[in-house]
Amino acid sequence: MIRLERVTKLYKTSTRPALDRVSVNVERGEFVFLIGPSGSGKSTFLRLLLREDVPTKGNIFVSDLNVAKLPRRRVPRLRQRIGCVFQDFRLLPNKTVGGNVAFALEVIGKPSSTVRKVVPEVLELVGLEGKADRMPHELSGGEQQRVAMARAFVNRPLVLIADEPTGNLDPDTSQDIMLLLERINRTGTTVLMATHDHSIVDSMRRRVVELHMGQVVRDESRAVYGVGR
Amino acid sequence: MRADFVAREVFTGLRRNVTMTIAMVLTTAISLGLVGTGLLAVRTIDRTEELYSDRVEVQVALTADVSASDTDCTQAICAAVKSRLEGTQGVESVRFENQQSAYERYQKLFAGQTLADLVRPQSLPATLRVRLSDQAAGAQAVRQAMTDQVGVHNVIDQRDVVSKLFDFLGGVRNVTFALALVQAIAALLLISNTVQVSAFTRRTEVGVMRLVGATRWYTQLPFLIEAVVTGVIGALIAVGGLITGKFLFIDSLLSGIVSNGVVPPIEIADIIWVSPILVMIGAGIAAITGYITLRLYVRL
Repeated sequence: MIRLERVTKLYKTSTRPALDRVSVNVERGEFVFLIGPSGSGKSTFLRLLLREDVPTKGNIFVSDLNVAKLPRRRVPRLRQRIGCVFQDFRLLPNKTVGGNVAFALEVIGKPSSTVRKVVPEVLELVGLEGKADRMPHELSGGEQQRVAMARAFVNRPLVLIADEPTGNLDPDTSQDIMLLLERINRTGTTVLMATHDHSIVDSMRRRVVELHMGQVVRDESRAVYGVGR
Repeated sequence: MRADFVAREVFTGLRRNVTMTIAMVLTTAISLGLVGTGLLAVRTIDRTEELYSDRVEVQVALTADVSASDTDCTQAICAAVKSRLEGTQGVESVRFENQQSAYERYQKLFAGQTLADLVRPQSLPATLRVRLSDQAAGAQAVRQAMTDQVGVHNVIDQRDVVSKLFDFLGGVRNVTFALALVQAIAALLLISNTVQVSAFTRRTEVGVMRLVGATRWYTQLPFLIEAVVTGVIGALIAVGGLITGKFLFIDSLLSGIVSNGVVPPIEIADIIWVSPILVMIGAGIAAITGYITLRLYVRL
């Protein structure tokens, strides 16, 4: 589903590569934690997958798309296959919960009949049934993140990228979000989650890819956050 | 493409930057109003030229003694002048007007004015009125032929008089176009600025749009349509301004010379002819400026 082949990314402002010959292969339906200290290359990794940036060397494939060589006009097609969740939720403050989720479908041209049908379904999936008319600021952090997840998942992406989705949440709420991610993963969606949260990684026991100074230093299935840490 | 979605986005954008939108509309309106005025001046110049091309003559005024003694141009001096004129290159026809008919025409022209009472037939010269077949070179040829000709008092080219009017109209046109150009630059910069501000205030939306895979058209079209809408509103205000200007100022300003047939009036039809041009210019410039701005300054 996701394949990186000896991917190197050099930024002009830095002498050390942000990613250094990184090769990773993620199968369809896998759940993978991407861990590593700040500056280890996690963000670059995710940006390259989304084609926010192109690698200096190497190939990246997401499903059948050659991400690095994708012409600009086909980039939307790639992004429609990837759902994204962030630490800061990135909801539109002037739209309701339902409006925020619907927006993701409207801007890719889905007909309003589809929108009306699909939005309540996905809100129910994330446990926000009955809250479609609330504004984001009326919700708790955990609920806001659920809205963001509903928005990321509403178009049924092949891959869900979560960039520290629990970074702003307390441990209990984080657990709920993880349960939701598992649930989404069980539908067959590949989940790639960048995190610093030891306890979550340790309790989930999923595949862990650890980056350090732009290199993959560990790639283990059913792993914990750090050995001896 | 979901039209309702785009329409909603456009409306939100315009409302959110309402002061910028108004500034942009007004600048565009003034600029296009000036362009419209210039176009109307051009149209009036063309019409006036048409009006005069078949009326303008070169007048060869005869000296007082010839004028007094010869009433039908049969005597030697007048006949010589006439045949000389008829033989000149670029001349179509020559018509004689004696003192009496000149006097009658004068009375008609200045009917009811004190000037009419002051004039006697004897104070007006008899003239040979020359129609030109060659408008460009004919007048000069006539002038040359009449130099030192016995019995000729002077040569008046009516186009010299008319050209002053054309100069004036041309000046109006040039000034309005120059002002329009300056205003247009201000309008362009404002449009560009507004698009940037608009894109900035909606960066969260645009970020989400990019993220979920909206195509370039979906992200850009609301901004472009916003610019075009303000351009069109500006053009419509400009048209309204032209119509108001016609009834409030132009009509009364020109009323004297229009009723004398010196210049043709500016009709509502002329303004209707100008309006689609203004709307197209407004919409076109806004769209192009918006597009270039998005390409150059805004990462969508």
